[in-house]
Amino acid sequence: MFSLRDKKLANEIVSKIKTLNVNLKFMHVCGTHQDTLVKHGLDVLFKECGINIGQGPGCPVCVTTPKEIEEILLLARKGKIVTTFGDMIQVPGEKDSLQSMKTDGWDVRTVYGIEDAIHFAEENKDKDVVFMAVGFETTTPMTASVLLKNPPSNFSILGCHRVIPPALKAILDMGELKLDGFIEPGHVSTIIGSKPYEFISTEYKVPQVIAGFEPIDLLMGVWMLAQQVENGEARVENEYARVVKEEGNIKAQRVINEVFEPMDVKWRGFPVILRSGLKLRNKFEEYDTRKRYEDDLEELRNKEFTEPKGCRCGDVLRGIISSKKCPLFGKKCIPNAPVGPCMVSIEGSCNIEYRYAKKQ
Amino acid sequence: MCLAIPGKIVSIDKKKEYASIDYGEETKRKANVSLVDVKIGDYVLVHAGFAIQVLDEKEANETLDLFREMLSYEEEEA
Repeated sequence: MFSLRDKKLANEIVSKIKTLNVNLKFMHVCGTHQDTLVKHGLDVLFKECGINIGQGPGCPVCVTTPKEIEEILLLARKGKIVTTFGDMIQVPGEKDSLQSMKTDGWDVRTVYGIEDAIHFAEENKDKDVVFMAVGFETTTPMTASVLLKNPPSNFSILGCHRVIPPALKAILDMGELKLDGFIEPGHVSTIIGSKPYEFISTEYKVPQVIAGFEPIDLLMGVWMLAQQVENGEARVENEYARVVKEEGNIKAQRVINEVFEPMDVKWRGFPVILRSGLKLRNKFEEYDTRKRYEDDLEELRNKEFTEPKGCRCGDVLRGIISSKKCPLFGKKCIPNAPVGPCMVSIEGSCNIEYRYAKKQ
Repeated sequence: MCLAIPGKIVSIDKKKEYASIDYGEETKRKANVSLVDVKIGDYVLVHAGFAIQVLDEKEANETLDLFREMLSYEEEEA
């Protein structure tokens, strides 16, 4: 319905960025942004303009920790019906993936959304149905909304939801790379609006632009960020105003807050990030997989799991290296035989890089 | 995972919980609309079976004009 692939306008924006003669590093945190950047060759174009853009921890499946993967694998092995999104199924654990367990006959089901999982629970009243709830703010309202509607008593969620702003703060606090700006994710922002990002600009003096997903959106977003840098400004601008409202989706925010409260969690490649995860409020704890099946999960309680040997997903997610710098990329690690989650998920930067045939 | 697809609302149930969404090319699917205030004919963005926002058609149409304006404004200023 929109025409946002206007070549003339695109060329105009690129030539404007070129005249700035800058040398900048931006980060975005969204697989769909990365897809647009690589698919349309914008990443190369921006490099020619002196702007380097990396993905950061913007892939919910990728930032899920090895321990969370082991939890869901163990639950499947204990005979639960395990449901989750397609990408999650292929993420390798220490020995298995949900995909390999499915092949071995365990009950693992792919869903398009949480309502499909509810449907399985209603159809299989005599079995336990676990939904691995992965996703950022865009996806969390769906989980919350379903839990408010008295789901079947054999249904529960393995909570793995995470929120974006604390991760941006973590990237800056860790100080591993100097960033000149953030491109903020359009659909996370659709839910949360622009306010939750403001502290990044006021406290860290980092410019931010919320951007949409068409090539023109990203070109415009980068131009707006570069302008801020040039003018010595640091604020949150909204390029995606046709969708993102300043206040976000208030109904969705209310639903999230009614069901979840913040908690500190680890992200793959990161230490614990304060208030970056969500746990169910006490009122909903009967739907908390970790509480309901505490005994089943007991053997994992004090265990820590590390990333697969040689896998550098953690460094990719922190923006320290690009996918192609990982020694396993395109060799030992390919989409059909992934070592780490960034090669599994269609939102992972390794998968995107490989898919668009930049295999070395 | 945060991918969202735009579609047009063709019907809504009485409880205003579910709507039939037309994504074009004769593809129609049911989606949960409890997180948005919508009426028939509205365009919505759908993510994982839920509409997450109503699209502002006027704003969408104005987006390109706005970008052009911003760019020429910068040029004049320079």
